Amino acid sequence: MASVDIRDVRKSFGTTQIIKGVSVPISDGEFVVLVGPSGCGKSTLLRMVAGLENITGGTISIGDRIVNNVHPKERDIAMVFQNYALYPHMTVGDNMGFSLKLRNTDKALINERVQKAAGILGLQSLLERFPRQLSGGQRQRVAMGRAIVRDPQVFLFDEPLSNLDAKLRVAMRTEIKELHQRLKTTTVYVTHDQIEAMTMADKIVVMHDGIVEQMGAPLDLYDRPQNQFVAGFIGSPAMNFLTGTVTANGTAGVQMANGAHLPLAKAPAASEGRPVVYGIRPEHMELGGDGPGVEAEVVVIEPTGSETQLVARVGGQDIVAIFRERHQLTPGQKIKLRPRADVAHLFDKETGKRL
Amino acid sequence: MSDTLAGAPPRAAIAIPELTAWQALRTNRNWLGFWFMLPAIAFLVLFLVYPLGLGMWLSFTDAKIGSAGKFVGLDNYEWIIGDSKFQGAVFNTLFYTFVASVIKFAVGLYLALLLNENMPFKALIRALILIPFIVPTVLSAIAFWWIYDPTFSIVSWSLRKMGWISGNINFLGDAWNSRWSVIFANVWRGVPFIAITLLAGLQTVSPSLYEAATLDGATRWQNFRHITYPLLTPIIAVVMTFSVLFTFTDFQLIKVLTNGGPAGATELMATMSYNTAILGGRIGEGAAISTAMVPFLLGAIMISWFGLQRRKWQSGENNE
Repeated sequence: MASVDIRDVRKSFGTTQIIKGVSVPISDGEFVVLVGPSGCGKSTLLRMVAGLENITGGTISIGDRIVNNVHPKERDIAMVFQNYALYPHMTVGDNMGFSLKLRNTDKALINERVQKAAGILGLQSLLERFPRQLSGGQRQRVAMGRAIVRDPQVFLFDEPLSNLDAKLRVAMRTEIKELHQRLKTTTVYVTHDQIEAMTMADKIVVMHDGIVEQMGAPLDLYDRPQNQFVAGFIGSPAMNFLTGTVTANGTAGVQMANGAHLPLAKAPAASEGRPVVYGIRPEHMELGGDGPGVEAEVVVIEPTGSETQLVARVGGQDIVAIFRERHQLTPGQKIKLRPRADVAHLFDKETGKRL
Repeated sequence: MSDTLAGAPPRAAIAIPELTAWQALRTNRNWLGFWFMLPAIAFLVLFLVYPLGLGMWLSFTDAKIGSAGKFVGLDNYEWIIGDSKFQGAVFNTLFYTFVASVIKFAVGLYLALLLNENMPFKALIRALILIPFIVPTVLSAIAFWWIYDPTFSIVSWSLRKMGWISGNINFLGDAWNSRWSVIFANVWRGVPFIAITLLAGLQTVSPSLYEAATLDGATRWQNFRHITYPLLTPIIAVVMTFSVLFTFTDFQLIKVLTNGGPAGATELMATMSYNTAILGGRIGEGAAISTAMVPFLLGAIMISWFGLQRRKWQSGENNE
């Protein structure tokens, strides 16, 4: 096990800069998730840690060693690929033992370690099968088994769950997290799915257009997003954004163009009349009652059983609200939505920065 | 199931009229399939089964040009087996096929691996590689005939100019020189087919397998040995079967370059059959020579057929 230090790393393909100076410190045993929309550079960054891509600028260290020019096989890392990259002509056992075989490890020792990894992942009965004969979830497990057998310094996961169906994805998510809690190997995990990031990570790194937008513990990112991008990216359904101007005198809040007043616990200093984006999460809205709020028209009601999801139209814009209660609403009905002032977010309209 | 159907009124029996045999022939799906296959069957019978059958029949007759001949049993075979010229042709054919195929495979695989790398003008180079394959064989054979000319050979001339040899090389006049010369020409012509086919096979190997193997600690050689080669074996089996069949039955190149000479040193079974049957007029004997090729070819096909059998890792079935 080792720490990983990514320091001011840059990557260009020709004149196109893909990664524009990214620094991510990863401590020993930490589970770090790189998350972002496709094309944000997260997979490229992971491949640079693996040594599959050259580093244009900056340094990557594993342990105390700068590995910029270290061959992938010398880095002592194991990677789980999106398509699993299992060797189709080798049995599950041979797939898992391949790295040891290449190192001329004693046959008995290979067998012992493969058996041990297979035991951890419940693959004992499948060791003689070929990858073709396995289901998606089993292949995924073999890919992890191949990594475990190595007992590497760092695990790298490149969108490992995106080829699985929804139910299996949730199950494997738990399994990977449990595995990490058991092995405590430093892990870097790339995904575009913020739910995966939220549920698994010790630390989330939100990337966008080759830079780090924000880095931190999952709930910190959720509760205090540093900018509008992170606010919109983390959380599902996404945070609602409403534009308006700050009213600091009298009741603190945001005045929308259609006259609606959105409450704030406290207006930022010297901000009267400032154009802002008001962010409110779907679960932070209440229905009806007194106090400031917005008039809305019901568009769609989506009951999920555990909660009621409501899409409503406010001033030509759709916003989403989630209630624990089973409200009886009909499309077209006029309602009043009251954002909770204590958990509202405010962003600068120009820069998108948190105020 | 039965509960839900219980309430439904019994379905009225619809009288299905009996089909006449002719109607059945026209509408039955199995017969329909047969009708669709008929043109292909006719084609195969006319151009494959009939000539092959006729050739085999002729090999049991004493047919000559101008006379249909009569059945003579295995006389032709007894005659050719004892014929030292035929024995030489069998040796030449096996030697030619074996050496040329091995070299073609080695060079073809090497080129395919080379072309699979990223390099500038990749598409252009791949197209250029195909040229020997595109040029009609007779045309390239004539070109080689000039290259191997005893007096005007460019090879002899170049080597003489460089001072490596004093006299011209007798490429096609010496038994072993001519054997190696026709093998070289055959390799030149056959390599592109193998290289391009293997290249196509290489491109089906997912790059992430190499990445995974590299992270697992494989060197470039180990990548080839443990990933590329095993994944390429099915394609190698196919391409080498074709290559062996084409080389074994080669005719054009030999006919133009040496016509079997000097003194039968490059006479292959195919050219000997032609020379005996068509030029010599002894059709029965010539037919026996070409029929004698069939067991060899069947042997080659069997070897690759077993090699080609879907390996366990390719099939999706359970192996329990």
